[in-house]
Amino acid sequence: MELVCPAGSLPALKTAVDNGADAVYFGFRDSTNARQFAGLNFNDKRAGEGIEYAHSKGSRVFCAINTYPQPDGWEQWKGAVDRAASLGVDAIILADMGLLDYAANKYPHIPRHLSVQGSATSYEALSFYKDNFDIRRAVLPRVLSLDQVRGVAKHSPVELEVFAFGSLCIMAEGRCYLSSYLTDESPNTRGACSPAKAVRWQETPQGLESRLNDVLIDRYGPGESAGYPTLCKGRFEVEGSVYHAIEEPVSLSTLDMLPNLKELGISAVKIEGRQRSPAYIADVARTWRHALDNLEARPDDYKVDPAWRNILSGLSEGGLTTLGAYHRKWK
Amino acid sequence: MMKLSLGPILWFWSKQSVFDFYGKAAEWPVDTIYLGEAVCSRRRELKPDDWFDLARDLKACGKDVVLSTQTLIESEADLRRLRRICDQNEFVVEANDQSALQVAIQNGIPFVTGPSMNIYNVATLKVLAKQGLKGWNLPVELGKETLNQLIEGLKAESLDLPAEVFAWGFLPLAWSSRCFTARHYNLPKDNCEFRCIEHPDGMELRSRESQELFRLNGISTLSGSRYDLMHELPEMERMGVSTVRLSPEHQGMDAVVQRFDQVRRGEAPATDPLQLVEAPPCNGYWYGKPGMDLVGS
Repeated sequence: MELVCPAGSLPALKTAVDNGADAVYFGFRDSTNARQFAGLNFNDKRAGEGIEYAHSKGSRVFCAINTYPQPDGWEQWKGAVDRAASLGVDAIILADMGLLDYAANKYPHIPRHLSVQGSATSYEALSFYKDNFDIRRAVLPRVLSLDQVRGVAKHSPVELEVFAFGSLCIMAEGRCYLSSYLTDESPNTRGACSPAKAVRWQETPQGLESRLNDVLIDRYGPGESAGYPTLCKGRFEVEGSVYHAIEEPVSLSTLDMLPNLKELGISAVKIEGRQRSPAYIADVARTWRHALDNLEARPDDYKVDPAWRNILSGLSEGGLTTLGAYHRKWK
Repeated sequence: MMKLSLGPILWFWSKQSVFDFYGKAAEWPVDTIYLGEAVCSRRRELKPDDWFDLARDLKACGKDVVLSTQTLIESEADLRRLRRICDQNEFVVEANDQSALQVAIQNGIPFVTGPSMNIYNVATLKVLAKQGLKGWNLPVELGKETLNQLIEGLKAESLDLPAEVFAWGFLPLAWSSRCFTARHYNLPKDNCEFRCIEHPDGMELRSRESQELFRLNGISTLSGSRYDLMHELPEMERMGVSTVRLSPEHQGMDAVVQRFDQVRRGEAPATDPLQLVEAPPCNGYWYGKPGMDLVGS
């Protein structure tokens, strides 16, 4: 299985490559990709340097152009595909059917990967993308249980990549509009969920409050650690009880199920987090490299080293990890 | 004149409530009725044959009937139900995910797309038109400016693809593998006791300042405010919108349909307020603002 790591900057890209990434993925410095953060991502010059570096070390580079262009953005998004092609990336990660069509016709030789934002949760959906745009690989949404992944993998017409570690999206990606309902930006339209521009922190007599476009997402008592106000991870009131009604702030980690994923024929595991620092990327990439090497060397005797778990927990939201939807009981 | 449609029932109602609802709807001035379970595979008050019978009855009453598919397809059982819906040639199918697109295309049956389908540009519509698309819904998060560009773009391509707009009701905003109703009751999803049936218009999720944010409805999350584009009907007509979608609620729906019917006929002032189940109104998405905003009040 291939280790695919995020690169939000040139230093992060180099760090990922140096620490064992088989492939890295990046986006341009605009809303054509699903991690639009101020100061993050690549211009053409940096992307060129990154690709050269990765290729010199035997790693591949994927370019994510995985948001949905509206008519007035069409030329810009199409231009992003052209830029990726001329930079010599090894694959383009796309979600929009119009862009997939454009890329398939104009650059048939550059592999197309279906982004998790393409919302393909069954082998029929994968066949749709394969038949229409000849995609080579698809990234599965984080909503399927291991058994369901097995069902998809058994009949999949394309290579599969699954999320291994990082922030946990609990809604089917590509059709979640919660962020644009509270703010004016969503992953689909602007490559942003719960955008930083809408976040406000405030010390109040009741505690530290986090707000998104003035909506109270969470309030922290003394001693509680505060997290970024991703709107689905706040505490809300439902029928008189206040709790994490949608999801707790935890991270996804599939370290324990690597042998299962290998057995299912999954081609690649993906690390989330282009918004993360190079130091974070180094720790995560190195840890997963160890785990994958260990699995490769002793497929029948794979054990999770407690040290790996410690490192990953320390890098997780709230210090906690979950198997998420892969584990049926989580639902 | 623009058509009125009733979207699929997004909530979990008893079989009798569903029959009662459509018994009345047969008499309402709606042109198109979308039928079927679009949210949760565990909701089986109506069996597939019940839906087909209902579809034929409503068709006999002069309604255009469209069969809606489940939005989040996760299992082989989900695919079996999907294939059952697409294994017929009496009705158009509303594809709510890409699995449904594939099965409808393979079966060569006419299909339209629901508001959860990722359609953001003309190139996407062209791809689907080539495969047999007969009509489409604007994704709920898009507004009039984008819609106008899409409609103009279709004209420029000489493509006749009628556009439908979700114009009234709680907006379907997200689908998860997790069931939030079961989570609220501390029940496992696989043994959820079908508690959604106790909440025929969902469970209100509020901020700790009592702001109505969302409605939890099984695996789906809807808006806490009710989307209401009644005032925008004249503008939609000018833009060339074909159909206006109203999303079923278990109370007062007859009054909603009547009001929209009057407005589309130019018979009632579009400013007449409509009071139903208590929920604040919103229309932000239409104006390119946060969806929860109310513009122009």
